[in-house]
Amino acid sequence: MKLARTATPFLKPATGVGAMMREVCLALIPAAILYFLFFGFGILFNIAVCVLACAAFEALALMLRRQPVAVVLSDYSVCLTGVLIAFALPTYLPIYVTLTACVAAVLLGKHVYGGIGYNPFNPAMVGYVVALVSFPIAMSAWLPPGLGDLDYTMPTIGERLAYIFTGNWPAPLTAEAITRATPLDMVRTGLRASETFGEIGNSPMFGTFGGYGWEWVGNGILAGGAWLLYRGIIRWHIPVAVLVGMLAPATLDTLASSGTTPGPAFHLFSGATLLGAFFIATDPVSAATSPRGRLIFGFGIGFTAWAIRTWGGYPDGIAFAVLLWNAAVPLLDRYTAPRIMGHER
Amino acid sequence: MSSAPTANLFRLPGGLRLPGHKRVSATGALSAVAVPKTLTVSLRQHAGTAAQPIVEPGDRVLHGQRIANAEGGFSAHLHAPSSGVVRSIEQRPVPGRASLSVPCIIIDTDGEDARIDDGQAIPNPFALGSRELLDAIGAAGIVGLGGAAFPTLAKLNQASEAGIDTLILNGVECEPFISCDDALMRNRAGEILYGARILMHALGLRQCFVGIESDKPEAWQAFNDAAAVDNNDKLTLVQIPTIYPSGGEDQLVYLLTGREVPSGGFPSDIGALVHNVGTAASVATLALSGMPLTSRIVTVTGDGVAAPGNFEVRFGTPISDLIEAAGGYTERANHLIMGGPMTGIPIEDDAMPVVQKCNCVLVTSRTITENASTEPERPCIRCGECARICPVRLQPQQMHRAFTIGDRDDLPRLGLRDCIECGCCDLVCPSHIPLTQTFRDAKAHQQLQNYERERASRARERYETRQQRDQHRETTEAERLADLKQKASRDAISEILARKKQKEPEQ
Repeated sequence: MKLARTATPFLKPATGVGAMMREVCLALIPAAILYFLFFGFGILFNIAVCVLACAAFEALALMLRRQPVAVVLSDYSVCLTGVLIAFALPTYLPIYVTLTACVAAVLLGKHVYGGIGYNPFNPAMVGYVVALVSFPIAMSAWLPPGLGDLDYTMPTIGERLAYIFTGNWPAPLTAEAITRATPLDMVRTGLRASETFGEIGNSPMFGTFGGYGWEWVGNGILAGGAWLLYRGIIRWHIPVAVLVGMLAPATLDTLASSGTTPGPAFHLFSGATLLGAFFIATDPVSAATSPRGRLIFGFGIGFTAWAIRTWGGYPDGIAFAVLLWNAAVPLLDRYTAPRIMGHER
Repeated sequence: MSSAPTANLFRLPGGLRLPGHKRVSATGALSAVAVPKTLTVSLRQHAGTAAQPIVEPGDRVLHGQRIANAEGGFSAHLHAPSSGVVRSIEQRPVPGRASLSVPCIIIDTDGEDARIDDGQAIPNPFALGSRELLDAIGAAGIVGLGGAAFPTLAKLNQASEAGIDTLILNGVECEPFISCDDALMRNRAGEILYGARILMHALGLRQCFVGIESDKPEAWQAFNDAAAVDNNDKLTLVQIPTIYPSGGEDQLVYLLTGREVPSGGFPSDIGALVHNVGTAASVATLALSGMPLTSRIVTVTGDGVAAPGNFEVRFGTPISDLIEAAGGYTERANHLIMGGPMTGIPIEDDAMPVVQKCNCVLVTSRTITENASTEPERPCIRCGECARICPVRLQPQQMHRAFTIGDRDDLPRLGLRDCIECGCCDLVCPSHIPLTQTFRDAKAHQQLQNYERERASRARERYETRQQRDQHRETTEAERLADLKQKASRDAISEILARKKQKEPEQ
């Protein structure tokens, strides 16, 4: 009897890239719900627009590159890129800015290098940074949370939609009246005006640890990250190293300044720290690949982001830190390879 | 005798807990497959040199009679698996990765199974010296029955030259589905320990570990019972956790001793000698009955056969006879594999004969893994899971990149030759990249490259020698000419002077 011939091993993996990426997207559901509760429909709108736009741009790129569109789209990586962009962008944003971020992420960040697996930089962060340097004013205009004791009334849904599609707030609203600085921005401006962190933190914009509302989104992200760790989809090295890289200098700094500068809890629950640690820096394609390399990579990102927040020209620094350390990955990979069994160091 | 708890073991990097699928075949029963009408004994049972036949067509042979001699240091003698008449010596396809035809001795059996006398038995092996015992083991054509059919004498010689302190018997059998060693240990634990004693005596060793995987409680019990009788205080039974590939030779040495086999080296380089439990049993069989190695236990299993089990099989029996002994194919039979699902070799035709390294015949349906992902192969996303589970601490993701899109000269630095081809990386790869096959290809590619390089350098040497020779010839020629010239000019001058002298008196 003649039989089929295939190469060993005959046991096959139970998981796939598509399933993994899909699960990472789903792990952001708790954060998305909390985000929606505090800040309104913006996050859901952003997710829908970004995912659809990114998928469309990827389909276009694949057609130009003569690649099988359905097969590649089913790896869900572009879906994850869209979701991450949606979380990174301000909640309400003129739609052309959103689309700029998406096109930059998918084409400039991914397909010019050959698509999934070959991009040296994190596509979502490429998209975010392109939007940030191209539209600095729109990209730093955030609405504060619509819940709680703030002396603030969220514009109506119609007004917010008008802003998204026209780029201007309908009269009599003005951008100055509607938007507020983010907690990170307030801390930055306050510290430069010689206020102490304690004084700045008394504003109702602040909650227990970080910005009011933001810290709850942070908890949602933390829950999603814990789920991914539990499922083995991400490993602990990068998230832990990012957090240590940011919180260690923050702790020393706040001790040295007797509490007049923001401490670890504020840094942890503000800006993109948790999203960066669990969902962005852990993108395997653009991260270091050896365990020691990942520790250095993560620590570098955390520390660089803290340094940008403390001394740099931007209130948050996760995106720049990630891109900088993406560039260092080939070097890290070369010099942090584990010792092979039977080899001298 | 003592039984060591598993806590004393060193921790192997990586590895996988795989579903064993062993209970289907490991029933404890061990039956023999009938001697077939025709035996096809391959002369090329292992890497190294093929054995040289010493019989001719028409010769009558007895079970256990030498039919081919070892050739060179890395080879083993072969013996007739049953009595009969040699029909021919010809090329036949045998199981192997390259699916080549190799020279085989074809024997038409006579059904009598008449055996040689027991003159080669060793009634008191402990009265013999090391050399005599090693020679007796070599004469019986004993090879490793773990999977590579490594000639035992070559291994013993290497060990005795290197000077070793520890014998390790490998009863780990970590690959799913395979249970032939389990069957052997359950049924013949006493013989294995006797074989261990002989091997220890032959090499003057004071320490022996028997590693038995924790998923074989019956074998563990059988060894404990046998050890109580054997009463060898230099022997330690050790339970090895069921993590694939703990039964790899280098892996088992590390687990038990914490010593790492140097890259490209052998366990004997670090004082250890590893034999499969089957090898020890073969040594015991030789000592007790004088019968050389002519058969082995083969597991026949998988959902492609009706009644999986373990069978004592003469070498050269067609694989189809084993299938029949296991109740025949089921409707699901689609793949036939020699060995296990991780490192086995696909076989296209069940008419091929059982060879010495055939520990298992696995017949399966299309896919063995329940819940296998059906996603297509995709580019590597560098998730690093392959590196996390690699038992040698390689980075398969980097090796794959270097071989497919990067710098192939980087492969030695990345440890390509240290890859044991265990297949773990394939099993965790979310991109479904056939990594192990890629590394087999890469090794072949490197071998070819080294060969080409060597050939090129030999050619260059030849060229340079010739150039030197030519140059030498040219220089000597030039020197000769210059000499001649000089001499000629000197001669000319002296001639003129002489002429002058001749003229002078006339003045």
